[in-house]
Amino acid sequence: MNELWSYDAHTLARLVRERQVSAREVTEALLAHIARVDGAAGRLLEPGQDPEAVHRAAPGVHAFITVTAERALAQAEAIDRALARGEDPGPLAGVPFTAKDIFTVEGTPSTAGSRILANFVAPYTATAVARLEAAGAILLGKVNLDEFTFGSSNESSAFQPTPRNPWDLSRVPGGSSGGSAAAVAAYEGPLSVGTDTAGSIRQPAAFCGVVGLKPTYGRVSRYGLIAFASSMDTPGPLTRTAADAALALQVMAGADPHDATAVTLPVPDYVAELAKGVQGLRIGLSPDYFRITRVDPATGEVYTEEVQPAIRAAVEAVAQTLEALGAVIVPDVPMPHTRDGIPAYFVISRVEAASNLHRYDGVKYGYRTPEPVDDLRAMYRKTRGQGFGLQPKLRILMGMYVSAAQYSARYYERALRVRTLIRRDFETIFDPQGPYRLDALLTPTTPTPAFPLGAVYGDSVLMQYADQLTVTANHAGVPAISIPAGFDEQGLPLAAQFFAADFREDILLRLAHAFEQATADAAWRRARPPAVA
Amino acid sequence: MPEEISPALFAHLVELAALELTPEEAEYLRRELNRQLEAIHQLEATPIPPDTPITSHGVPYTPPRRAPLRDDAWRPYPNRDALLRQAPETDAEGYVVVPDIPHETLT
Repeated sequence: MNELWSYDAHTLARLVRERQVSAREVTEALLAHIARVDGAAGRLLEPGQDPEAVHRAAPGVHAFITVTAERALAQAEAIDRALARGEDPGPLAGVPFTAKDIFTVEGTPSTAGSRILANFVAPYTATAVARLEAAGAILLGKVNLDEFTFGSSNESSAFQPTPRNPWDLSRVPGGSSGGSAAAVAAYEGPLSVGTDTAGSIRQPAAFCGVVGLKPTYGRVSRYGLIAFASSMDTPGPLTRTAADAALALQVMAGADPHDATAVTLPVPDYVAELAKGVQGLRIGLSPDYFRITRVDPATGEVYTEEVQPAIRAAVEAVAQTLEALGAVIVPDVPMPHTRDGIPAYFVISRVEAASNLHRYDGVKYGYRTPEPVDDLRAMYRKTRGQGFGLQPKLRILMGMYVSAAQYSARYYERALRVRTLIRRDFETIFDPQGPYRLDALLTPTTPTPAFPLGAVYGDSVLMQYADQLTVTANHAGVPAISIPAGFDEQGLPLAAQFFAADFREDILLRLAHAFEQATADAAWRRARPPAVA
Repeated sequence: MPEEISPALFAHLVELAALELTPEEAEYLRRELNRQLEAIHQLEATPIPPDTPITSHGVPYTPPRRAPLRDDAWRPYPNRDALLRQAPETDAEGYVVVPDIPHETLT
């Protein structure tokens, strides 16, 4: 069977279940494909070693930090044995997947893309990963990310070379789930589990032309997720189709005794929901999501910039397609606090990050400075100074400043009140008795397509604004999905995003699926990334 | 406009954060902190009604959807040695070894 590596999760699960192929054959096909397209895996380079030279010597997508080939083959054989015994091996039996290296997986290096955890081997498995494995999915490995998820380009990882965009290897895949998006786009597994704290699933999904679903906060357990901003971190799937995202969410979602924030609401049959279509769904368009508002670094003035015309056109085309399928488009929906998303995030996420990063101290696990020290405090300072990259340091320092007793009212408390206003924007538009009564809000995912490597990295303010159209979902807790919506003139993926009310992932998936079906014959749907072709 | 995070304030934060920085790192980090604060000050232009509560997470956790607290049960990890192998330094009895802990003798 040709190109087993290119099949989606639904197809692979069916073929394995019907025993047309074995899970081992699927796994071997994927491992061989990874060896062909991924090039050098991300690793800690020696001082002075140039990541570009490593890339040139072994070019590729560089999605992976660790390929767990032996573990994957052992899992595949167990699936095949279960099938031979006539047992039900689960809805994802034989489906290979990857996990962002922010999820702990027992017995594997779980690095968070940081030097400080480079030698950490997790003693337990994250719930999201454990549930996928229990459903028969096969872990191919751990994929790269921005260090501790702190970035929107994947360039901040300590593990180099960092992932490239499969559609253009000179561009970033986005971040922080950049390895996940690059892997799915390059057919290195039809599913990757990522995390989204400001857009870290949706923005790289948009940049790489794949589906990225950020569930409602509390829909999927955070147990085993190396924490960034605990009130916003949300695990979710990246896939090539909406139906695969539905299948993955179905398996991952639900209450978990290990995470008190995982809600006890029943998990719908998301795959069955797809058939309901979009007839009568009310979809809003907001002018506040077609522009970016930010501070000019040179003058300090606030200015507004429109999203790129190709992105606007792609989103409008999605609206027209859905309208033709019977959805109702509601224009001019005000979302006035969209512009506050990034400034508030600069405060809230940093406070939570600083708190979460205090645990890395070189005592119980992870990196410890090899240099001689006089006492424990000196060991802490050297360990953290050497173990953390620039982005964790920046977040720790900002978080400590804006939450300090004398500044907290001015910064942290204000940001938490603004967060309430952002939440109210969504409550208003989704209120069934309100003026808009929307089922979903349709927006661009990002203001631009994927940018070149090195174009933004280092400018921490500009990088953060890559998330302005996505971060509001994390403040509000609502679910959102990014879907492929075509390509620009340079052949770079374009994307659209839907938001829905709390726990209405079913609506997001129906919209995504309906658009996918309606455009299935479009020429752009047949394009494959040059990195794969 | 004067820089909000002065070199002295920055040094204080670095000490509290237990970070040892190179001069190049310190220059970059202080500059980015001040630039991020400019963006954060945008929030001051947003009117906040006086009765606006804080939101500590977006989704309300009302009892029907909130899991009950589980029992505070003791569950030993099955492989003590595997956990201890994660520690940078341990002794023969399984204690984690750290450098001298700063202390002062109370009189």
